[in-house]
Amino acid sequence: MSITIDPNIVAAPQLADVLPPVRVRGKVGMFVYRYPTIAVGGVLLALMLGIALFAPYLGTVDPTALAPARRTRPPPDFVAWFQYYVLSALDTIPGLTTIVGDPMKPPSSQFLFGSDMLGRDIYSRTLYGARVSLKVGFAVAAVSSIIGMLIGVCAGFIRLLDTIIMRIMDGLMSIPSILLAIALMALIGASVQNVVIAISVSEIPRVARLVRGVVLSLREQAYVEAAIASGTKVPKIIFKHILPNTLAPIIVQATFICASAMLAEATLSFIGAGTPPTIPSWGNIMAEGRALWQVKPYIVFFPAVFLSITVLAVNLLGDGLRDALDPRLAKRL
Amino acid sequence: MLAYLFRRVLATIPVMAVVALFVFSLLYIAPGDPAAIIAGDQASPADVERIRVSLGLDRPFLIRFGSWLWDVLHGDLGTSIFTNLPVTHLIAQRIQPTVSLMAITLVISLTFAIPLGVVAAWKQGSWIDRVAMVISTFGFSVPVFVVGYVLAYVFALSLDWVPVQGYTPIEQGIGRWFANLILPAIALGLIYMALIARITRATMLEVLSQDYVRTARAKGVGQREILFIHALKNAAVPIVTVVGIGFASLIGGAVVTESVFAIPGLGRLTVDAILRRDYPVIQGVVLMFSFVYVLVNLGVDLIYTLFDPRIRY
Repeated sequence: MSITIDPNIVAAPQLADVLPPVRVRGKVGMFVYRYPTIAVGGVLLALMLGIALFAPYLGTVDPTALAPARRTRPPPDFVAWFQYYVLSALDTIPGLTTIVGDPMKPPSSQFLFGSDMLGRDIYSRTLYGARVSLKVGFAVAAVSSIIGMLIGVCAGFIRLLDTIIMRIMDGLMSIPSILLAIALMALIGASVQNVVIAISVSEIPRVARLVRGVVLSLREQAYVEAAIASGTKVPKIIFKHILPNTLAPIIVQATFICASAMLAEATLSFIGAGTPPTIPSWGNIMAEGRALWQVKPYIVFFPAVFLSITVLAVNLLGDGLRDALDPRLAKRL
Repeated sequence: MLAYLFRRVLATIPVMAVVALFVFSLLYIAPGDPAAIIAGDQASPADVERIRVSLGLDRPFLIRFGSWLWDVLHGDLGTSIFTNLPVTHLIAQRIQPTVSLMAITLVISLTFAIPLGVVAAWKQGSWIDRVAMVISTFGFSVPVFVVGYVLAYVFALSLDWVPVQGYTPIEQGIGRWFANLILPAIALGLIYMALIARITRATMLEVLSQDYVRTARAKGVGQREILFIHALKNAAVPIVTVVGIGFASLIGGAVVTESVFAIPGLGRLTVDAILRRDYPVIQGVVLMFSFVYVLVNLGVDLIYTLFDPRIRY
């Protein structure tokens, strides 16, 4: 028996793929795809950490060395720099002409970022300044998270203390944080350690309030009730059942505290109530550039860019961590 | 409503008491002799003694606190060590520029941030949403004074549209007053705008996904009316809360912005007081700003009832 095919039937035309081809990503690629903000923030922060750690090896000089003869030297003209070093090197390739006309003179300054009014090298000062900012940021984040967590757990667990502690925290929170830090700094004197203390005092109530809220809601959970019913001791409940669950929001909060602490340090130093002026911090460099900013804007510019990038990196990291660790919170903000 | 108002005002009393106690005791938390701290490094023993007597440091702590609080409640914030003028007098002298700056900042921030947040939520995922969110992330990351310098450099020094620094009292012409304050207000408002735009977007996203919005759309209500009347009104409570909480950043930022733009306001008073270690002035300004902040948030609590009739007290 033979099959006859109707000659009118033609093969179906090739249909376009409905779904785009699946891109195969490696582990790193997948992470970057899922958490782009963590990746970008992390890389930028790692870069800044590297700069802070290896500041002495990045072509810096002593950031406090004075050179009265070379005051307020501007940074090199970057167009000239680019032409002199990059384009003229390209011109050595036969048949390639990138510069029209005369080769220019070498860039004028030996200071990459210029020098300040005492002749100090702003490049070196800015790189060393990363150490102060990061130190303050991390220290404040750590100190205020730990103390805030302890206070929050106490308030959440001990009914008797709750009202008293939270009234005190409310009072502290109603003093605008920069003002609180200013008032503290005016009294305890300028030092990096005191900057950390002054900024932490205004951040602690925020952590305490957050932790207390989480603890209060966890207390009502069935598994905590079960633990209480089965006679688990209170310290064990706190450390084993409650604290681990408060960690995710605390970590997210700590990143944002780190970012705002770096801004606060710069602000305090800028108005003269922060890190002692002998230490090159970004806030101090900018404070010194304040009087000259209309004529020598680069003194303020470079530390400002570094500070903003660092804070941005930490903020991005925080945003990403919030999305990754605490989806409930992420939906709200 | 009146009963609620009364209860709410009563509830701020313990908060203000804690603030007062804290601000007062700051001087004694610090290590060392408060009189010597106030007098500074170059003071002679006679100066230290004079300050000790003028502060009444020979009396017990609680009595000192009591009499200080009594004075504060009677509107006496003490006397500046440097200028020998009453602190209330100094504050009154400097209050106009700061209030002007904050008022303009508040108006600019709200008029730009709320529509931005609404549009970002409406066009979620579009370029306008992304741009708005990137700008708001930058707003959180760049210090107020850097924004101030950039704005002053571009719009005052290079383009010469407005004066670089300074302040003109409102009596000498509203145009010049505004020209002097517009840049500082934008600089100060950036972080505030970022905060408000973010919360507006987030709340609006939540509200827009609710059934009644779909119903409104089904019965043919226009897009603008849905966004700004149906949805925004219901998103208002969290937004107003953030406006109140964010006021703290406005106060803190004003201190810095005023030094960048050479505005003779309360911020400058504070910075000068720090540099001179004029503690009664610092104390007075901190206390006053905290009081304003508490009042603002009290106002916010009352505004809730306007937006959400379900909140009845």
